[in-house]
Amino acid sequence: MNRKTRNALELTGIYGSILIMFIVIIYPLLWTFGLSLNPGSSLFGASMIPENWSFKHYVWLFTDPESDYLIWYKNTLIVAFATSLGSTVFVSLVAYAFSRYSFFGRKYGIYAFLLLQMFPVLMAMVAIYILLNLVGLLDSLLGLILIYVGGSIPMNAFLVKGYFDTIPRELDESARMDGAGHFRVLFTIMLPLAKPILAVVALFNFMAPFMDFILPRIILRSPENYTLALGLYNFVNAQFANNFTRFAAGSILIAVPIALVFLMLQRYLISGLTSGATKG
Amino acid sequence: MESSGIRAHSTKLATILSIVPGLGQLYNRRYIKGSIFLLLSAAFFIVFYDILNIGYWGLFTLGEIPTVDDSRVLLSQGIIALILTSFALTFYVANMIDARNDAKKIQEGLQITSLKESFVNAWDTAFPYILTGPGLFLLVFVVIFPLLFMAFLAFTNYTLMNSPPKNLLDWVGFDNFKALLTIPIWRNTFLSVLSWTLVWTFVATTLQIALAMYLAIIVNDPRVKMKKLIRTVLILPWAVPGFVTILIFTALFNDNFGAINRDILIPLFGSGVPWLSDPFWTRVALIGIQTWLGFPFVFALFTGVLQSISKEWYEAADMDGASRFQMFKFITFPHLMFATAPLLIMQYAGNFNNFNIIYLFNQGGPAVKGQNAGGTDILISWVYDLTFESSQFSIAAAISLILGLIVAIFAFLQFRKTTSFKEEGKM
Repeated sequence: MNRKTRNALELTGIYGSILIMFIVIIYPLLWTFGLSLNPGSSLFGASMIPENWSFKHYVWLFTDPESDYLIWYKNTLIVAFATSLGSTVFVSLVAYAFSRYSFFGRKYGIYAFLLLQMFPVLMAMVAIYILLNLVGLLDSLLGLILIYVGGSIPMNAFLVKGYFDTIPRELDESARMDGAGHFRVLFTIMLPLAKPILAVVALFNFMAPFMDFILPRIILRSPENYTLALGLYNFVNAQFANNFTRFAAGSILIAVPIALVFLMLQRYLISGLTSGATKG
Repeated sequence: MESSGIRAHSTKLATILSIVPGLGQLYNRRYIKGSIFLLLSAAFFIVFYDILNIGYWGLFTLGEIPTVDDSRVLLSQGIIALILTSFALTFYVANMIDARNDAKKIQEGLQITSLKESFVNAWDTAFPYILTGPGLFLLVFVVIFPLLFMAFLAFTNYTLMNSPPKNLLDWVGFDNFKALLTIPIWRNTFLSVLSWTLVWTFVATTLQIALAMYLAIIVNDPRVKMKKLIRTVLILPWAVPGFVTILIFTALFNDNFGAINRDILIPLFGSGVPWLSDPFWTRVALIGIQTWLGFPFVFALFTGVLQSISKEWYEAADMDGASRFQMFKFITFPHLMFATAPLLIMQYAGNFNNFNIIYLFNQGGPAVKGQNAGGTDILISWVYDLTFESSQFSIAAAISLILGLIVAIFAFLQFRKTTSFKEEGKM
């Protein structure tokens, strides 16, 4: 009896905590969706459950001649594809070398990578701004892509190296015995076996440009070069509380696909991260 | 095993000869390697002579004629010269070691390899460098180069009033750092921003971890049903792009028409809280939001670890009559910490530099009297303001350097916790 009540109390506590977290998590998200359906544009007077809801803001984003939403979408896609491709290629080459070869400078290389992944590229923003300005890559997508790819190398190389390390060495050693060259081992054995982690690296680098706001803010100047994050930010920043509902609509349109992909893939990321951290 | 045909081969001579890269290798009768080394070093000097020359001149003087010499260009050429030199030095040392090792092998009676074999050997040794080369190149120019540039900038006098190409920059030694510590307005600002940065890092991150641990443990309880659904919802805040949620929270916390004041606090308590206009409440809101944003990642990590702890531990503890708290303290907690410590340190480091939330929520505001940073500015957002709002490039760079030093402390902790690269990579 006593045990039973205790059990019941504990379960109530557990489900209670979970319920509170659910409300705290879901409320802001639902609120955003509700606001995006408000016909008005300002935060004032908008309500979570609008009386006469409409998809007016969604339509505006896609059809209004003043809307740059589709251009931003195109820019973001360009940056995302290029970053994803570039960083996967560079990262897998670097990780292969660090995982399978011993060479002069290897140990310091790993130290340097560990150190560099702690320093956000952002810390050198003064320099990046001045330098890109000097070489004429300010306000260009290429400049942004280069910085994304370069900045993604240390952290991702670590992740992929950790995965490569778990592939048994006997496999590539026996291939070598049979006369396979370095590149052959890489392309026919390592890369196919490492597909899951490579997919994760590619995807996360693909998503980064959709989520990052600050680098585009520093680098991109003209509205036709904006990425989605920067463009949406300007909806609310330009005249605060004026275009919030439009911002909400634009955000929902990127948040939903990204969140879906993310939820499907996060367990790969977690396993990659933990194995990378504990095993190397 | 007498020196049949092998002349007395001197390691010393090989090492000394390789003062000119390649000669030592030629002496070792590694003709291909030797000539490649010779060619490379000759090419290096011919191609880069100008850059090195101008680079070092520029690095020392930062230019002599205003409007003609652009100090920024000269400084970056100087840094390129430095990077080139350090690569050359590494190569140089490697070349000497290589000559010595080869000579040793010959002494020990190793056969000189045939031409074809030595080609294969060269390709084998060069291969890892070919793999890492492109990545390294990009890394150097996109990450290391800007960081160095920033470090050098901290020792110049680059401000809005004194900006190239109209003016020349000068080396001013530690003046910027001195200014930060002695000029009252800088000192006050610096100290208050620094202390808030530390408080912010500690409180926000620890709350994140504590909440994540609590939730991970209760959801992992065998009596809880629908675990998958619960975990998915709990991970949602991580899945939605951060800048979107932060801006949503800015609206929710809006003093006048935000839902938190208008729909919750005023109906319940009769008065709202000045979330965006009072530094204290802005800080409270920021910590709350960061906890909301950051706990799912740690939660997911912890959940993974919890599922991997063997049941036997708990059964054994149960037999010995351990209380639930003892089980947590001696089994669960150590397991969680052991597996995730490096990643948790990263979380602290990440929040220390968490520019996004500070800037997007209230742009570091509200403004505070007697200092030139906002009430919730952390070091990195202050650097942003100094760079892009008031063009105080040098002071901003100096602060970035201090930031870097603090990050280095985190990195040091991380190294000590990570055993990853100790045993790997033998082949």
